[in-house]
Amino acid sequence: MSGGWFGRRARSRPAESVPDGIAQKCEGCEQIVFVRELERNLKVCPRCGHHHRMSARERVDITVDPGSFEETDGNLVSVDPLRFPEYPEKLEKARQATGLSEAMLTGRATIEEIPLIIGVADFGFMGGSMGSVYGEKVARAFERAAEEGKSVVLFSASGGARMQEGLLALMQMAKTAAAVEKAREAGVAFVSVLTSPTTGGVFASYASLGDVVLAEPGAIVGFAGRRVGQQELGGQLPPNFQTSEFQYEHGFVDRIVNRKDMRRTLGFLLRFFAEAGQHGG
Amino acid sequence: MAANVLDFERPIRELEALIDELRTPEKRAEAEAQGLDLGSEIARLEAELRAVIERIFARLTPWEQTLLSRHPSRPYTLDYVLRIFDDFLELGGDRLAGNDQAVVGGPAFLDGRPVMVVGHQKGRELRERQQRNFGSAHAEGFRKALRLARMAERFRRPLISFVDTSAAAADLAAEEHGVSEAIATNMAVFSRLRIPIVVIVIGEGGSGGAIGLAVGDRVLMLEHAVYSVIPPEGCAAILWRDKNRAPDAAAALRMTARDALELGVVEEVLPEPLGGAHRDPAAMAATVKEAILRHLWELEKLPTEELISERYRRFRRMGRWRELTPSETAEAE
Repeated sequence: MSGGWFGRRARSRPAESVPDGIAQKCEGCEQIVFVRELERNLKVCPRCGHHHRMSARERVDITVDPGSFEETDGNLVSVDPLRFPEYPEKLEKARQATGLSEAMLTGRATIEEIPLIIGVADFGFMGGSMGSVYGEKVARAFERAAEEGKSVVLFSASGGARMQEGLLALMQMAKTAAAVEKAREAGVAFVSVLTSPTTGGVFASYASLGDVVLAEPGAIVGFAGRRVGQQELGGQLPPNFQTSEFQYEHGFVDRIVNRKDMRRTLGFLLRFFAEAGQHGG
Repeated sequence: MAANVLDFERPIRELEALIDELRTPEKRAEAEAQGLDLGSEIARLEAELRAVIERIFARLTPWEQTLLSRHPSRPYTLDYVLRIFDDFLELGGDRLAGNDQAVVGGPAFLDGRPVMVVGHQKGRELRERQQRNFGSAHAEGFRKALRLARMAERFRRPLISFVDTSAAAADLAAEEHGVSEAIATNMAVFSRLRIPIVVIVIGEGGSGGAIGLAVGDRVLMLEHAVYSVIPPEGCAAILWRDKNRAPDAAAALRMTARDALELGVVEEVLPEPLGGAHRDPAAMAATVKEAILRHLWELEKLPTEELISERYRRFRRMGRWRELTPSETAEAE
């Protein structure tokens, strides 16, 4: 197969977030910011604080201890179970664009030297949508965490279930939710981190089931697409509808954490959970 | 009544109207006066009616299946509950915030055996439809089902869940009260309940709204029910920016009962009376009841631990993928 399954590694940067060049328009304040300045600031706008999207690999890099990430289940690849129009082409394009095998990247790592199982969704891979492989990787992450006595941290960035896998994608909601629950019985702690966007079938499954649910500021977080809601309600929606802040206000997100504080916050929680486990939980 | 006839049902309804008219006393008298044998004419038309229905239903498209699953005359959850169970006591409320009428539930007796019933409930005429939000549950509805399911577990009563919703509610209230969390929690808790769970998709199995009540040991589906990750209209709008291509999307999504069986998502497809469940709700209910009893009988033989681990494996197996060999992986990178 020409070009390989996962495209070229060099292209680890999502195409939509940083065009080639030295400057770009901030998606929050629409001011021009220098790319290097943005990169140095973890892709957070130095002026308005807007958190720009990150690829899964970038997220891993800024989150775990340097060099500690070891990918698992990277050999799982999607097939086209429904023979859905244009699905194979879209998969191939996504592999090329992201250098990933799927929209969910999982592995073992450490944060502040505490071992954990981490998973990160990549919105650049078909909108971070959850199909069979995504669901399988999440389920395996929880099973592995139970076997190895570790906590799970999952970063979501997903439009929801992957339409192109139809019912099988819908079933991943049940599969991941069941995996969370079974691991919980085995004492596994789960921190769910919602990044922009986390919606639909992902928000309505494992991502809402964290022992702790964190979210990045200003992230789109909700059940249905925002446009759907506005149409149904004729525009009578609060300005922060379906954002992290809205979910925090209503009790479905425990804490909004700035990107620069995420690693430290996760370290704190992992220590808390690890200590609890040691004393026989 | 005419509004309750789908386009492809029209030839059926026209023949039926003709037969009905021939049966009126006026026509009988007329025929008698002219010495015509009305009885054999009616018998001939009835045979033709059956043939017409068979012909139409033998080649239903996925889109026509979708329309049938939403048929305004189709039996809803309570129509089955009243026919299947000896007795049923509806209990409302989630004990947190409200009583969502889009979900009904409560204890019931199935041939004398106590069971718990939950299900989506659509409304029949306009006011009831609105009261029940067209069967689209808010968080309160899912939490009502959760509360009843936990009660069932406490008293070791099997749970029977009827699924019939186009989608979960997606309005401001749904979002404010955490419909996503409610769906997620139901799937998680249902996956571990220490009681047998039989799910029947009776009409529309609409994405998250459906799966929030559809985690169980056996999932059965009526022949003309559908089960989908997204409504075909929505899928068409995303794929082709054209809602009118919903029929194409219905085919692409593989959302019919036969598709669900082939994909390993349901255990059994329950045949409907000729022309659909709405043409003979009593016969349909009898089929559903027989299936519930048969599956419960099998499930109740299993030790609880096995029941739960089988249920876990049931959902764990869902999905299709490929595992690259080490050499393929090396080539890919």
